[in-house]
Amino acid sequence: MHQTLVLRNGRVVDPSQGIDRIDDVLVRDGLVVAIGPAETGTDETIDATGLIVAPGLVDMHVHLREPGREEDETIETGTRAALAGGFTSVACIPNTEPPIDTQATVEFIHQKAMRADTCNVFVVGCVSRNREGKELADIGQLVEAGAVAFSDDGAPVYDAELMRRALEYCGMFDKPILAHEEVLELSRGGVMNEGLVSLMLGLAGMPAAAEDVMIGRDTVLAESTGGRLHVMHVSTAGGVGLVRMAKARGVRVTAEACPHHFTLTDETLRGFDSNYKMSPPLRTAADVEAIIAGIVDGTIDCIATDHAPHSPEKKMLELDRAPFGIIGLETAVGLSVTRLVATGRISWPRLIEAMSTLPSRILGINRGTLRPGSVADITLIDPERSWQVDAKSFCSKSVNSPFDRWTLRGRAVATIVAGRVKYRLT
Amino acid sequence: MSHTHFEPETVPPGWSHRHLLDLERLSPEEIRLLLDTASRFKEATGGCRQKLSVLAGRTIVNLFFENSTRTRTSFSLAARRLGADVIDFSASGSSLSKGESFIDTAKNLEAMGIDAVVVRHSTPGTPHLLAQRLDVGVINAGDGPHEHPTQGLLDIFSIRERLGNLTGITVGLVGDIAHSRTARSNLWGLVKLGAKVILCGPPTLVSPRWRELGVEVSHNLDAIVPRCDVLNLLRIQFERQNTRPFPSVREYAHLYAMNKERLKRAKKDLLILAPGPINRGVEVTADVADCPQSLILNQVTNGLAVRMGVLWLTCGPRGRAAGVDVSSRLPSVGRVA
Repeated sequence: MHQTLVLRNGRVVDPSQGIDRIDDVLVRDGLVVAIGPAETGTDETIDATGLIVAPGLVDMHVHLREPGREEDETIETGTRAALAGGFTSVACIPNTEPPIDTQATVEFIHQKAMRADTCNVFVVGCVSRNREGKELADIGQLVEAGAVAFSDDGAPVYDAELMRRALEYCGMFDKPILAHEEVLELSRGGVMNEGLVSLMLGLAGMPAAAEDVMIGRDTVLAESTGGRLHVMHVSTAGGVGLVRMAKARGVRVTAEACPHHFTLTDETLRGFDSNYKMSPPLRTAADVEAIIAGIVDGTIDCIATDHAPHSPEKKMLELDRAPFGIIGLETAVGLSVTRLVATGRISWPRLIEAMSTLPSRILGINRGTLRPGSVADITLIDPERSWQVDAKSFCSKSVNSPFDRWTLRGRAVATIVAGRVKYRLT
Repeated sequence: MSHTHFEPETVPPGWSHRHLLDLERLSPEEIRLLLDTASRFKEATGGCRQKLSVLAGRTIVNLFFENSTRTRTSFSLAARRLGADVIDFSASGSSLSKGESFIDTAKNLEAMGIDAVVVRHSTPGTPHLLAQRLDVGVINAGDGPHEHPTQGLLDIFSIRERLGNLTGITVGLVGDIAHSRTARSNLWGLVKLGAKVILCGPPTLVSPRWRELGVEVSHNLDAIVPRCDVLNLLRIQFERQNTRPFPSVREYAHLYAMNKERLKRAKKDLLILAPGPINRGVEVTADVADCPQSLILNQVTNGLAVRMGVLWLTCGPRGRAAGVDVSSRLPSVGRVA
């Protein structure tokens, strides 16, 4: 007995096939069958009139916190937040406790994700054993267990020689290294961007140079090794420029930007609210503009959230003691549409490319397309819906968002994973 | 000693704040009102020696998360001179060392029925966060390198007492601007009252970016000394520095200490301030610290006057006409770029 689903009369946007037209999408037994007029008499029909029908969104930078910090988020709550935000896949970053550096931990994540039965969870493994930055983790075995990329995020791979070896070694498996770029001596003690605002507030600064110097180092290492470098959460104009130059030289480098970095500036710290504290920090208006320009011209390939849940008691500490990071899964679509599409800076196909096609390609996962025969991960987005963010109603276990009470435009209204409707906005 | 009578019943209508968090967000009129009020209290108490009862029945807590002797003593004495009860609460030996958060600590004190907290903390913005979460007045007694509004006010009070008016005078703030809350409070207060401010020190302590606020930045003390009417010599805050911003104390003193040689090239009536505690031989040599132009000890008395003014305006009873601003005047939502 076949199970069929038709998404009727939506604006189908699939950059992987160059499709942007009003059409139906037919799904059978969890796979996309066709894009084209579908007959009636299917098991389930969703009227997608006025909606964007896109390949399921992929967030390649999510901290699910489990194992080890279940008070902040679990695989179940984090993936529910992902579904509510329109994401059918997330890549979870391995700075858990213990870190994901063995086949057993990868297996644990896969088991938990299967039990949660929410969205797909792709596992990022540690670059270094125990995330200590001293020697390589058992990368080959992690690849066998299903790791799709490698990262010591939360911290940079500090030792240049280890980074060089990691790029070489991961190159053997064609896996990217997702790099948190920061020269720690330059940012030590810092809580916000170093600039006029930090000067006025007397808060220790994290200079843009701390990020730029490390991006420079890693693009050079990627160039010399031929390894694949993915620059995480680019926040500076200088960083965008370095990635652009490296791409022009033919270096195998990709980059992501976070919604908060193309929306907020360091001016927001004037209220001393730790929900504006993240690493890399919020920068200046010029940096925001450079990041948007980078998304427009493709220097920055994709949008990722760096969803970083922290329980309220941790975030309510003094600004220098509160941890870095904010959650982002449930506001990413709204912020991206509001800041980038509604303002005319990018088109819908470019947005879907940045949130689905390219992250899938970078991670080498068989998602991010509606090509017939592919897994039917599909996100329906209401492009015009105006809504108010309400942190209290988040699916995430944490509420550390600076966007609470913001009015945004554009929202995922249905999230379909392998042909099953996993989330529907009521 | 005879002095003018000043025992006000209600806070003047020009003042609407329950908190004093920083000088950056005050208007010039509000700063003048603070200074005038301090001045009247100084007269009315015979130079801050006698006691009034205008805050009788009020309880003020000194909530010090960071060590201090002189500021805490000055606040305590000022509160007692106005008739308030004062409780000292310092972080060491309290439940803070047992892991309680600063907000819970403050909430506990609030529940005891106090009227205001005088807060010192090593982290910028902590008084601001308390002001948002507590229902009592919050007075910032120094938040890390951010602001120390009563210190700024007392420095300005001391200058104004000598010179009458600040408009057009040139004030050099010399030294560790990067880590100095006193510098920031002085900067805002002075600029708002029409003075010209020069920040002076090595680029590792005095960022050229301060120019974006319209103040002058100099790295050469010898070049600016002859132009200054006032020099405020700020302490090098060794304890707040991550990396040493200059090669040695000896080299720093060579380039930036105010000494007899430099004093010779200054205007004859140059005023010298130092917020203390001073490092003799680093920012200022002993002979200059004790010279007649030095206001260092006047600053201490004026500190009392200023703190009386601040406590009265923030904790005193409101007249019927005066609206009370309960917000801490912080942006509640982030600004979009």
